[in-house]
Amino acid sequence: MNLGKGILKGLVETARNFVGSYYDPARLVTIQYPDERRALPEKARSFPMLVYDGEDPEKGLRCVACKICEKECPPQCIYIVLDRDEKGRPLRRPKIFDLDISVCMSCQICVEVCPFDAIKMNTEFELSTADRFGSLLLHKMDLARPASYYLGLHPVEAGEVNARLAAGPGHAETKAKPAAGPAPAAGTTSGAKPGDSDRP
Amino acid sequence: MDIAFLITAAAILAGAAGAMAARSVVHCALCGVVAFASLAVAFLQLRAEFVGFAQLLVYVGAVAILIVVALLLTRNFEATHEALSFRPWALGLAIALLVSGAVVSAILGSGLGVGAPPSAPPPTVKAIGDLLMTRYVVALEAMGVLLTVALIGAALVALRENGPGRPAKPGEQGSVAGRLEE
Amino acid sequence: MIAGVPPSAATMFEALDQLFVSLKHWLVGQLPPAWQSWVSLAISAAAILGVFMTLFALTVLIERKGLGRIQNRYGPNRVGPWGLLQPIADLIKMLTKEDLVPSGADRVVHFVAPVVMVVPVLMAYAVIPIGRNMAAVDFNAGLLFFFAVGACIELAVFMAGWSSRNKYSLLGGMRAIAQMISYELPLILSTLPVVMLAGSLSLVDITDAQAGHSGGWLARWHVFTPWGLAGLLLFTVAATAESNRAPFDLPEGESEIIAGHLVEYSGIKYALFFIGEYLGMFAVSALGITLFLGGWRAPVIWLEWVPSYMWFFLKLGGFVALFIWLRGTLPRLRADHLMNLAWKFLLPLVLLNAVSAALWHYTAPWTFVGAGLARWLLCGSLVGVPYVLLGRRLFAGQHIGPRTYRMAA
Ligand code: SF4
Ligand code: SF4
Repeated sequence: MNLGKGILKGLVETARNFVGSYYDPARLVTIQYPDERRALPEKARSFPMLVYDGEDPEKGLRCVACKICEKECPPQCIYIVLDRDEKGRPLRRPKIFDLDISVCMSCQICVEVCPFDAIKMNTEFELSTADRFGSLLLHKMDLARPASYYLGLHPVEAGEVNARLAAGPGHAETKAKPAAGPAPAAGTTSGAKPGDSDRP
Repeated sequence: MDIAFLITAAAILAGAAGAMAARSVVHCALCGVVAFASLAVAFLQLRAEFVGFAQLLVYVGAVAILIVVALLLTRNFEATHEALSFRPWALGLAIALLVSGAVVSAILGSGLGVGAPPSAPPPTVKAIGDLLMTRYVVALEAMGVLLTVALIGAALVALRENGPGRPAKPGEQGSVAGRLEE
Repeated sequence: MIAGVPPSAATMFEALDQLFVSLKHWLVGQLPPAWQSWVSLAISAAAILGVFMTLFALTVLIERKGLGRIQNRYGPNRVGPWGLLQPIADLIKMLTKEDLVPSGADRVVHFVAPVVMVVPVLMAYAVIPIGRNMAAVDFNAGLLFFFAVGACIELAVFMAGWSSRNKYSLLGGMRAIAQMISYELPLILSTLPVVMLAGSLSLVDITDAQAGHSGGWLARWHVFTPWGLAGLLLFTVAATAESNRAPFDLPEGESEIIAGHLVEYSGIKYALFFIGEYLGMFAVSALGITLFLGGWRAPVIWLEWVPSYMWFFLKLGGFVALFIWLRGTLPRLRADHLMNLAWKFLLPLVLLNAVSAALWHYTAPWTFVGAGLARWLLCGSLVGVPYVLLGRRLFAGQHIGPRTYRMAA
């Protein structure tokens, strides 16, 4: 005798949804994206950015153009040219730092390998453009972001990085050896790179 | 003869000619539909509402659809045929003349005044229904029985496909036609 | 005459009721007599086109909104206040989209199919009385006309499915034809009792057959009889299937055959199919209203003063809301269930319903105490008992309940 009962039950259920959605805003789970935004989780990431200290992105860039990230990047989307002074001595800063985000796969390996905490993951995702060749190849100045911005994006991770950096200038360089070299040496500060603590 | 009738007649003839001349079978069927529908319009021009609508319902709605469904279920229905035209054309012509002669003579012999405008108001559906249920009831019933027999026959033919003679493949359903006739 | 209101108000209400009829008469009266009949038809056609196209635009919006709310979403709310201008945005989108024709397609048939879809549907409105004295034409065989032009839709679907030269189109077309043929039978037969008892195929006469009030207040709609109630329900099921609405939207089955016969259509041609489908839904709802729900007549005597066309569109709105509600609730049927429902369930029931209607007709002279109740029980059980038995049989051996997945872990 339950012929049609299922249909009626279903109709009641949908009617309840219909009416309820007008009285109980909690039912409406939609986040109306461009107007409302969900806060991004701490570990959100899109493409890499270059972190700089201080005000001037040219001077404050942490990157020393060691090209480790360029070598490690699996799809080879980073292109770095070392800056040199008139006499040809290296200036420990990149002249060109290009990153093709149409190729980048957001693997974060560049971040893991960088001994200077210079390259970090950004969370900007509204990157659509009408020009798929020029606009997706980001240059040094497009990639540069202040350290405060980084702290805002990933507070926990950036806090650790800042603490490490505050431990002393040059400290990062001592840490660099084990990180870059094939055999990790003992006795460095935990030997951990920022990303490591996130891993399970 | 008025213009409306000429147009309708031309459409009927064009549809019929297309149905014979078209290369693709589906085009033939669709041209046939044009002929059927124009014929319905012709009936309407003669103020024969019921016949016109019935023509539309039965021929366009049922016969034409059955034809195309049958076409869809045949293998290679997409193939176009060069030789759909009837080869022994003299024979074809003779048959056509014979049939149309029979029809024309039947009309002439029916006692309806040819060309005279109908004097009585067009029969209503009710009148047609009354006649079908009284005077022509035997003919109606006979047709009903005939159609029912045909339907049962078709169902039996369709059933045999999956019958005991041929083990049904797993997951095999009856053909669409079989299911339609169920 | 309108009961329960003073005569002066009654004339006013009547003028309001006949507003559009008088307007048309006045307009036509301005013209030379030779033109009058043609212009009169043209005005009716334009009015039907305008009203139902507006209704179409509104319905699409309401449907999207309603479905959204049923699923606890907002629905379109970007264009204009509360998304009210969405239909206009849709229109612009449809008109400006590229009109694609597959290279292998049969161009002529592909082009003609949308027209064959829309024109018959629009023609079907001609016979429907949308108000007192408001039927464009009163054919003697109006109901037959309705179904005759409705039959052309199947052809349009076939043409679209075949001419696209796409396997999904063809599958969709075949599904649609199989479904429409199967459900046409219950649909037409469910109207049989009405024709039997009204003694006419004219929709105007059928509306008139539901005039008057029983008990002095309740309108004599067919739905207030056992066979009318059963007929309306059966008709609604068949009509839903005939207009390819969910849960009978197999021909379009987005998840398996993308959109069936519509796969290869875009732009304005797709829009025509879309319009045709919705107008078909309205038309068949309008038919249901005319046959079972008293057409433009008021349900109770005290509401007679509301203009007749208002009643009609109110009922139409109810039907549309029901269709949307059903679409938001029921999942799509499986093909074999679809056929079983039509042939093993609906068809016997509509035939029995005709018998029930005949019984109702012949028991009308009963006058003993409780005769009404006895008639209701007798005629109702003639359909109700088979409903239960047939349903049992149809569900026998089927496991109804939460689905278990054998292959999944
Ligand atoms: S690894 Fe770090 S410091 Fe070295 S080039 Fe890359 S971003 Fe610059
Ligand atoms: S995230 Fe991965 S792919 Fe992208 S630049 Fe860094 S290493 Fe290369």
